[in-house]
Amino acid sequence: MLAGYPLLSLAIWVPICAGVLVLATGSERNAPLARWIALVGALAGFLVTLPLYLRFDATTANMQFVEFMRWIPTYNINYHLGIDGISMPFVLLNSFITVLVVIAGWQVIQTKTSQYMAAFLIMSGLINGVFAALDAMLFYVYFEAMLIPLFLVIGIWGGPRRIYAAVKFFLYTLLGSLLMLVAFIYLYFQSGGSFEILDYYALPLSLPVQILLFLAFFLSFAVKVPMWPVHTWLPDAHVEAPTGGSVVLAAITLKIGAYGFMRFNLPITPDASHYMTGFMVTLSLIAVVYISLVALVQSDMKKLIAYSSISHMGFVTLGIFLFNSMGMEGALVQMISHGFVSAAMFLGIGVMYDRLHSRQISDYGGLVNKMPVFAAFLMLFSMANSGLPGTSGFVGEFMVILAAIKVNFWYAFLAATTLIFGAAYTLWMYKRVVFGEVTNPEVAKLKDINAREFSFLAVLAVLVLAMGLYPRPVTEVMHVTVNNLLAHVAQGKLP
Amino acid sequence: MNFALTDLMPLLPEVFLLAATCFILILDLFLSQDQRYITYILTLAALAGCGWLTFSTATGITAYAMHGMFVDDLLSDTLKLMLYFTVAITLVYSREYLRLRGMFQGEFFVLVLFATLGMMVMISANHFLTLYMGLELMSLSLYALVALQRDSAIASEAAMKYFVLGALASGMLLYGMSMIYGATDSLELPRIALVLQADIGNSMVLVFGLVFIVAGLAFKLGVAPFHMWVPDVYHGAPTAVTLFIGTATKIAAFAFVLRILVQGLQSISPDWQQMLVIMAVLSMAVGNIAAIAQTNFKRMLAYSTISHMGFLLLGLLAADINGYSSAMFYILAYVLTGLGAFGMIMLLSRQGFEADRIEDLKGLNQRNPWYAFLLLLMMFSLAGLPPTIGFYAKLAVLQAVVQAGYTWLAVVGVLFSLIGAFYYLRIVRLMYFENPEDTHAITPTTDVQMLMSANGLAVLGLGILPQPLMALCTYAMERSL
Repeated sequence: MLAGYPLLSLAIWVPICAGVLVLATGSERNAPLARWIALVGALAGFLVTLPLYLRFDATTANMQFVEFMRWIPTYNINYHLGIDGISMPFVLLNSFITVLVVIAGWQVIQTKTSQYMAAFLIMSGLINGVFAALDAMLFYVYFEAMLIPLFLVIGIWGGPRRIYAAVKFFLYTLLGSLLMLVAFIYLYFQSGGSFEILDYYALPLSLPVQILLFLAFFLSFAVKVPMWPVHTWLPDAHVEAPTGGSVVLAAITLKIGAYGFMRFNLPITPDASHYMTGFMVTLSLIAVVYISLVALVQSDMKKLIAYSSISHMGFVTLGIFLFNSMGMEGALVQMISHGFVSAAMFLGIGVMYDRLHSRQISDYGGLVNKMPVFAAFLMLFSMANSGLPGTSGFVGEFMVILAAIKVNFWYAFLAATTLIFGAAYTLWMYKRVVFGEVTNPEVAKLKDINAREFSFLAVLAVLVLAMGLYPRPVTEVMHVTVNNLLAHVAQGKLP
Repeated sequence: MNFALTDLMPLLPEVFLLAATCFILILDLFLSQDQRYITYILTLAALAGCGWLTFSTATGITAYAMHGMFVDDLLSDTLKLMLYFTVAITLVYSREYLRLRGMFQGEFFVLVLFATLGMMVMISANHFLTLYMGLELMSLSLYALVALQRDSAIASEAAMKYFVLGALASGMLLYGMSMIYGATDSLELPRIALVLQADIGNSMVLVFGLVFIVAGLAFKLGVAPFHMWVPDVYHGAPTAVTLFIGTATKIAAFAFVLRILVQGLQSISPDWQQMLVIMAVLSMAVGNIAAIAQTNFKRMLAYSTISHMGFLLLGLLAADINGYSSAMFYILAYVLTGLGAFGMIMLLSRQGFEADRIEDLKGLNQRNPWYAFLLLLMMFSLAGLPPTIGFYAKLAVLQAVVQAGYTWLAVVGVLFSLIGAFYYLRIVRLMYFENPEDTHAITPTTDVQMLMSANGLAVLGLGILPQPLMALCTYAMERSL
């Protein structure tokens, strides 16, 4: 029934059009209208992505829901969309998170509401484009264009050091992507005039060339992930961004980096990927161990979660570069789980920040006395963040650790320390914020969460638990694609 | 020797513009200041007439006139149409600005038309003398335009500087041309090309001549290390004139470079390629780094122009059709964006107030979100970010450079454009992240409003669908070279 519809185009353009419509409502007078249009647009954007999952054929590694149109024939650039088991979950995740972001900003954002909502909707469409693009230039256009709304979101609605953070974020990510642009142009000529990503998979390349290409892609995606040592933009951007911005940053944009590794680095430069394994694993383990320790000493909640994101993403890159299916699927599960958990943590911090206008752990304490329902939710999310069994956080981390043992015991050992550190920094933060005596008189006046806040926290709680207890619906769609990718990588492509 | 009037057909637009300009010049003497709008409308009408003539005589067949001194090909037709368009938009943007500053005079319009005529001659020149004549007609008009604001010390200084350096550049160019003449025994570009193809001849004289010519061209394009005049002139000239210099003349300068280096001296491209490499890298470095330190928006855009001209050279130095058409696309994208950026300064200016400091843009999003959005598009286009036309311009040039085997130059180019992104971002930052200090209402006239919106949306629209313009550039190049 839905076969005729260009679902991926809808997933991209419905939010963007809704965003433009929201923008058109103009001044603050029409803010209620802007909010409702935004919500409808976000929901519609999410609904059109549902058939992508329901009608997904998990038995093939081929691209599905393919759309093809000539776009810029002069350079043979095409509007070519399609998704496989790796990209499909992210399109859904992104569209889903957008709905949450709109709801989360409902009452909180009181200045330039229409611009705020529009920025997120447009960004959501562009991010779907990033995951669905099969043409390198199309990918690049979405990849870069996405920066513009995020830059504005951080800079306009962010905290006190927002301008510094926004500029840092923008320039860091631009640096990486510009080199990727040169890499694409190089591949364009090597492949005889094609910007099709899938054409590059079969292209034989010598090892030195592969390494250079690998590094160009690496820089652009490592900044996005972010991997140690190019992670320094993330804590700044997270801390200064408004809640919605932090959620999108953590839940979605970080995944673009890891997705890029799977879509570009591994299949286009497989031999270089093998060659660089040691390097990548080292960086990942540093992120896991060292950044966990950094997270431990943070006094600002958002910063703490930002560092914990970096550490969790270290798991993802570790999983990818173990080159076995358990590790890669673990990485993917970890990415999706982190999408839910980090979104939940940032939304939770947002709930507190809206009441007390502080992110300092020391300003809180004894929250459970005043906000018991919220404390229960935060408990669940904190456990998921520290990777306790039964929550989604456990599944991915456990898979990656199992995969690491097969490769090298010490990889697994170092990676497993996160189970201790993660629990330490998350639960310690939880203890200081939620338990204890109420010392701050402001905390004594707090009211528990309202229905709006309850709704998005509850949805996330259900998802976190469901994924933790029964992850199969997620893993089965990616299984074939992952194995296919690994087979391709194992083969190599030296001329 | 037979002479038929139809032999002059290829230069019909030039003849028409000359006649129209003389008519406007004389008519303007009899108009009172209140009737000055007649001059304005006639000027636009003259441009429209040229546009119609050029368009209707564009056959796609290369035609020569005046014994091979003048050429009418698809390239010249395309560039001329863009030129009329640019000049017309410049005039619309400038009208209120000029009126409020007492410069809404016949002289302005006549000088602009003469400069346009000079540019048209440059675009269609097929001979060193025609080229030089067009160049001087343009330059002399521009010197006068820069100095139009008699009482302004800074404008007079800029005019003086422009004149002295411009004259020096013209001298160099002439000197170079004479050497090439000595080496090849010809001033006609196709014949020079033929001679060079057959035999490089006295290469010492030739290379010497080439060096002088390239230096002269670099002056006119405003690329480092011959860029010193650019910031001062852009800053000192009335913004209307800056807009004219910053956009229309770039089209002519591009044609000028193309005619000399490509149509005349293509055979010795290895020699000029090396020079262009150095100038391109220097321009990108100087332009992008110096722009960071600017506090004046016009000066910042001047340095940005220098860096963009450096990028343009990257396309030219690829030295093949692909490179030239990408350079042409680049220049058109730049002109379109530059029109909007300089136009915005005039749009934000008012009686007794020049909105040319970067600070003046503070909080524009709160004062008027639409103009802030349009300027945001311009800035991202200048920075070369999708989905604006500036990105495809950059992509086109980069792919030409990589194809020509200069991958390292492409890397240098993108690294400098990263530095460039920093100061374009600063403008966006001020517009969106700061609170306004200036609370005057922004009240442009309806025509400016519409045109500015169309301009901004064209930057975005051509960024989403760049194919038609790209195809046009490639087609024009293929048919003409």
